[in-house]
Amino acid sequence: MQHFTRRLVIIIPYLWLAAFFLWPMAIVLKIALSEPRLAQPPYWPLLDLAAGWDGLVAFFKALSFENFVFLAQDDLYIASLLSSLRISLISTAILITIGFPIAHAMARAPRSWRPILVAAMILPFWTSFLIRVYAWIGILRPEGFLNHYLIGAGLISEPLTILNTEYAVFIALVYTYLPFMVLPLYATLERMDHTLIEAARDLGASRARAFWTVTVPLAKPGIIAGSLLCFIPITGEFVVPDLLGGSQTLMIGRTLWVEFFSNRDWPVAAAVAMVLLVVLVVPIVIFREAESRRMEAGAKGGAKGGAGARDKGERP
Amino acid sequence: MRGLSFFNVAALTLGLAFLYIPILLLVIYSFNESRLVTVWGGFSTRWYGELFRNEPLMRAAWVTIRVAFVTAIFATILGTLAALALTRHGRFRGRALFTGLIYAPMVMPEVITGLSLLLLFVAINLDRGFWTIAVAHTTFAMCFVTVIVQSRLMAFDRTLEEAALDLGAPPWKVFFTITLPIVAPAILAGFLLAFTLSMDDLVIASFTSGPGATTLPMRIYSQVRLGGTPEINAASAILIGLVATAVVIATIVMRRSARMRAAQAD
Repeated sequence: MQHFTRRLVIIIPYLWLAAFFLWPMAIVLKIALSEPRLAQPPYWPLLDLAAGWDGLVAFFKALSFENFVFLAQDDLYIASLLSSLRISLISTAILITIGFPIAHAMARAPRSWRPILVAAMILPFWTSFLIRVYAWIGILRPEGFLNHYLIGAGLISEPLTILNTEYAVFIALVYTYLPFMVLPLYATLERMDHTLIEAARDLGASRARAFWTVTVPLAKPGIIAGSLLCFIPITGEFVVPDLLGGSQTLMIGRTLWVEFFSNRDWPVAAAVAMVLLVVLVVPIVIFREAESRRMEAGAKGGAKGGAGARDKGERP
Repeated sequence: MRGLSFFNVAALTLGLAFLYIPILLLVIYSFNESRLVTVWGGFSTRWYGELFRNEPLMRAAWVTIRVAFVTAIFATILGTLAALALTRHGRFRGRALFTGLIYAPMVMPEVITGLSLLLLFVAINLDRGFWTIAVAHTTFAMCFVTVIVQSRLMAFDRTLEEAALDLGAPPWKVFFTITLPIVAPAILAGFLLAFTLSMDDLVIASFTSGPGATTLPMRIYSQVRLGGTPEINAASAILIGLVATAVVIATIVMRRSARMRAAQAD
């Protein structure tokens, strides 16, 4: 009896994830290999299990790679994939540059401040993503707050055009993903033994040298975790490029959305999803390995993605 | 304690200003009398009144709250079970796949998750609406619950359970009187996180909803695309206020329980 309940603890969540995560992915692959048609559902062939073995054979015969050939031949898809990767890489680089000083300062703040600073970092992340993106529309639009104040201060005479350009996309991406970068960085920096820096300084290293040769290598797990936590979702981002980017801002998530909701070409949308998945599978596997190793090591995390940190008893 | 350098203070101040100024502007200007977003026309709660008279928006809000509640309940149960499986059941067969299934949905781009679930619902001929959104949300929210509860279970002193078992308590009793109360704060945090994740989601809900089940983010999104209205500012301010209150309460509760445990341990 006890053995049975122990089994259930594993089987119930396992089945749920298999049914609603693994199986849907298999269906995406299947439909990516189908042809569109005017019907409900709008693709062909359908797998008819009632037809038995013959149905299965007929199904596999009807599959085609035509959608992938189509994707490879049309510049739009390759361009939006490359553009997504470029935007995602640049945003991640900006996030490291901005996030590191913040995380570093948090880790050096007096112990009693740290939980408050962590909470202050997490709080915006709990408020709606959509609303935070919307807030930037009010700031960046030609008659928005930014131009209003810059013109009022006499710094510029003409309103700057930021909304509907790539700059707006970068600003909003950095803004919405900042906590995902800062919290893992803070978690590793907070645990770092500061006497190592002091030792390096005592041995004559300059402040910059001590930073590059001691702090940065020790913070590497945090940098990797933070970068993956930002890079993977940003590559497939839809809301930010759709609301803040112009029509020339290509991103693969948006292309997929348009293909699905506007063009109603489900097979092509599924093929785009497959391509994006293949591109991201390596970073996702690295992320999973890093996270489960961290978990196994008994690290204590709290926030989204186990990335948050709370210091308790880790150090003497 | 080492002091903060000037550079540290500047990084913190600028960082927090960057995070909070957009939100504060949105909240302050939701009380603006003027229809023009940047021109201050005097304090007014006019848009809040209009918001509550906006029938479709209110209906969407109600759908969202119900979906979030159902999601949070399912995600908490499934996520806690998964966390127990990962921490208490050692190396069972298929463990590597299981951890993969837990971590992948957290970083998976939402467009992929949304599309794949929609295609599943179509393939099994399920009518889309309230329940399909709830199932979709549960699937990714449970993974976050798992991570939170798992980290709590890892940090947990197993000797307490062993002591109870040695003293003759049956395993189910040990679970309900020792394990569950100790991990309860993490379960509560997971519940709240699942609730807000569900309330926030636009992309997955757009894919998996059907006629008659429009959530608040979907409604806000379509209005923002049309240029946004002061009512949306008011709705945003209310949501921000609700979330901030919930987070502050949760922090206080968790602090207090941590202090009580510390006191008991002494």
